[in-house]
This record gives sequence, C-alpha cells and structure tokens, in this order.
Amino acid sequence: MLSPLGNNVASSWEGIKAGRSGIGLIDRFDATDYNTKIGGAVKDLDLSPYLSPKDARKMDPFIHYGLVAAQEAVDSSGLADFESLDKDRVGVAIGSGIGGLEFIEKTVITLAENGPRKVSPFFVPASVINMISGNVAIRFGYQGPNIAITTACTTGTHNIGYAARTIAYGDADVMLAGGSEMATTRTGIAAFSSARALSTRNEDPEKASRPWDKDRDGFVLSDGAGVLVLEELEHAKRRGAEIYGEVVGFGMSDDAYHITSPSGTGAEKAMQNALRDAGLQPTDVDYINAHGTSTQVGDVAEVSAVKNVFGDHAYKLAMSSTKSMTGHLLGAAGAIEAIFSLLAVREGILPPTINLDNPDEGCDLDLVANEARKADLKVALSNSFGFGGTNGTLIFSRYEG
Amino acid sequence: MSTVEERVKKIVCEQLGVKESEVQNTSSFVEDLGADSLDTVELVMALEEEFETEIPDEEAEKLASVQDAIDYIVAHT
Repeated sequence: MLSPLGNNVASSWEGIKAGRSGIGLIDRFDATDYNTKIGGAVKDLDLSPYLSPKDARKMDPFIHYGLVAAQEAVDSSGLADFESLDKDRVGVAIGSGIGGLEFIEKTVITLAENGPRKVSPFFVPASVINMISGNVAIRFGYQGPNIAITTACTTGTHNIGYAARTIAYGDADVMLAGGSEMATTRTGIAAFSSARALSTRNEDPEKASRPWDKDRDGFVLSDGAGVLVLEELEHAKRRGAEIYGEVVGFGMSDDAYHITSPSGTGAEKAMQNALRDAGLQPTDVDYINAHGTSTQVGDVAEVSAVKNVFGDHAYKLAMSSTKSMTGHLLGAAGAIEAIFSLLAVREGILPPTINLDNPDEGCDLDLVANEARKADLKVALSNSFGFGGTNGTLIFSRYEG
Repeated sequence: MSTVEERVKKIVCEQLGVKESEVQNTSSFVEDLGADSLDTVELVMALEEEFETEIPDEEAEKLASVQDAIDYIVAHT
C-alpha cells in the first residue's frame, strides 16, 4: 500500500490507529492560481528498488504506485517462495479511476508545442489503465486472468469483488486485486475544483477532510495504491499462507439517477446485495468502513442508506471514514479501505473518523469520532460509490482458522 | 565542447539505461543494448532534440548501431 499516511501497509495502518492526517499543501505543481491548494500525496517514494530509471520513465506515476503496492503484496504473501505455484492460475485485477493523467497532460503540451513527431512511442502503454495489471503480470509471470475494471471511485472495490468471484468461479487460485491513483495533477485538481467537489480549507490542510462534520466543505483528492492477494482458501492453507481475513460478500448496483450526485437508494441496494451474497443478516455486521468522502450530499445520503438497510442495528454497529485521514484516493480508495477493514477485524480495532467535532444533523450513528477504539469485530463492510452512480460493497470476516 | 561521438553515446546511455562502458561504436541498439522497437523510436527522437535536426522515418529505420547514428549526425548537421 502507498497512501498519504505511509509507503507500506504497516506505516499507513499506524497512521490510521493514531488518527493522523496525511493531507498537506500540494507541491507537485504550482497551485497558486487554484482555489484548492491541498491534497494527499505519496511522500519520499524511492522507485529505485522497483524500477530502473529507463523503465520508470515509460510509465505514469499511477503505474509506479500500483507496481510498488503489488510488490509489497506479493512479498508479504510469500507467493514468490511457493515453488509449486501454478502461474497459469494466478491473475491480476488492478484498476485506476482516471489512469495516466499526468503523462497525458505532458503529452498534450508536447503535441501542441512541438507537433506530432515529438509524441512519445510510450504514451499509450504509459497511460492506459490496464497497464498496472499488464506490468504486474510481466514482472511476476502470472498468466491467469488479467483485467482492470474502471468505475471511478468504486474501482478498487469492484476489482476486489470481481477477483474474489473469479476465484470462486474457478478461473484462478490466486488474484492480485486493487487500485491505484495519481490524479492530483494540474487538470485533476482543476476539474474537481470546478465541480465544487474539493475542500478549500487551504490554511488548515489536516482539518480539511471531515466526514459528517457540520463544517465539512468537500473532499480532499489524494494519491496512492492498494493491492491485496486474494486466494482460494484451501490453496492458501495448503501453502501455509498468513490469512488476514475472508471476503464473504460482494454487492453492486447503480443509482440510475445522476452523473455525480448520489440517490442514496443505490447505496442501499449495493449493501443489500452484498449481505445476500454473504448469507448474512444486517445484525451480523459490526463495522462499516464508509465511503464517507466529506461532501455535503454524499455523507448524509450514506448515513441515511445505512439506517434504511440496518434499521435499529445501525445505532449498534460502528461506522467510520478513514478518508478523514487519507483523503479520497478515487480508484485506490476501495482497495486501501479493504485493507483497513481487514486489519480492523483482525486486530479488533475500530479506525476513527478524525475532525468530527460537530456531527451534522441526522449523523447520529457511532462514527468513532476522533479516536480509534478496541472492539470485538467479526464482520466489516466497506462501501464505495462512484461517478455514474456506480456502487460497490464488500464484506469481510475475521478468519477463525 | 563534446564531440558528436560523446554526445551520441551519452544519449544512448540515458535512453537505453545502459552504462557508458557497455556502449561501443559497433554496439547494435537492439542486439547489444537491449532496445525494443519503441525504445529505438524514442532514441531517435532524443537524437533529433540534441542535434536540433529532423531524421526522416526511412533514415531512422537504418540507424541500427551507435556508429550508424554518429555517421548520420556528422553527415547531416
């Protein structure tokens, strides 16, 4: 995992447990003319252990991030040490919400200033979204299913859900799954800013992402990547893999309502579909890692959807938004939040929602305000909702052995 | 001022990610220096920029070795 909180899972998770914000002033470009001057950047990443300068130059940063996260996932899974691994049965499903935005920007400028002969032959493989999955397969020799689902902010969740089903369907034994994003570029920030989606709390970046708080003023755009190793249970047990938890449910839906605004009812359907897929009752869910981006409309709609799906139990379970600390990683959000959800049930820790000083009207659930807490957790649910009205919900359970 | 040979070799090192000691005049970009078809296209673009010249596609295809590139540059700049 790469996130604004750290360049691996351990440091990011420590940041979450400490309730630390990873948001700061944008330094990737000169943001003087921008209403929003803050974002969540990946910091101090040394690519040299992963890529030669020659190869790094041929890839947009979103591919760099995806490759680094995939390498950590493979290393920590022990897959590379499992000699009888059938690489025809290992696949990859890592997407991105936007893809190689920075490379596209630079190429358009080159084209405009210097003409078509100066466009890099690497422009397409450096920018298109499936090139994390492609490069991961090349690097590790995984010859199973290779795909990259692109569904805006639901990308990470959909890739993980799809990967789990690919294994359940029998098409693979192991899938690397997740998402990656590096969209805090000149056009990325400008576009979300024009849509009035971003916080402009430039004077106090660490307080800018504040889901459900009365004073929230939009989300904070962030960079990073999350990759999980999903594995058929018997396959994992046979090779003695460390099992972090089980993917027990996956649900999808669409609002069929508006390109950017949520309807609320679509979110309900995704959660209901995931519960049905898991064969669980709403009362079985202990923790919800919310989409919770810190926007006016979205935060309230999600609380309302949770109340409609869970009834009285909505007031007994805990729900938090780790985006209060990481900001919104778009296509990587669902992936890093899946990892946080799995670690939450594994360690019995509820991640906090920081900057929640005055909950907005109706936001009266247990939102784990400001400090992480210990709790006995068996089942966690993670929501992602994206532009186009696309919704995804994953349900994870503690692995009991 | 560096010679054409030195400048060509410097660009070859940068573009193909190889060490200076690996680059001989006789080195073939593909056979010896590990370039693929896209690398060679980008290498020609870098040479064009360094020497402020335009190498037509049909000429670029003939540049297979370091010496080919040096000869072309010397003859055309």
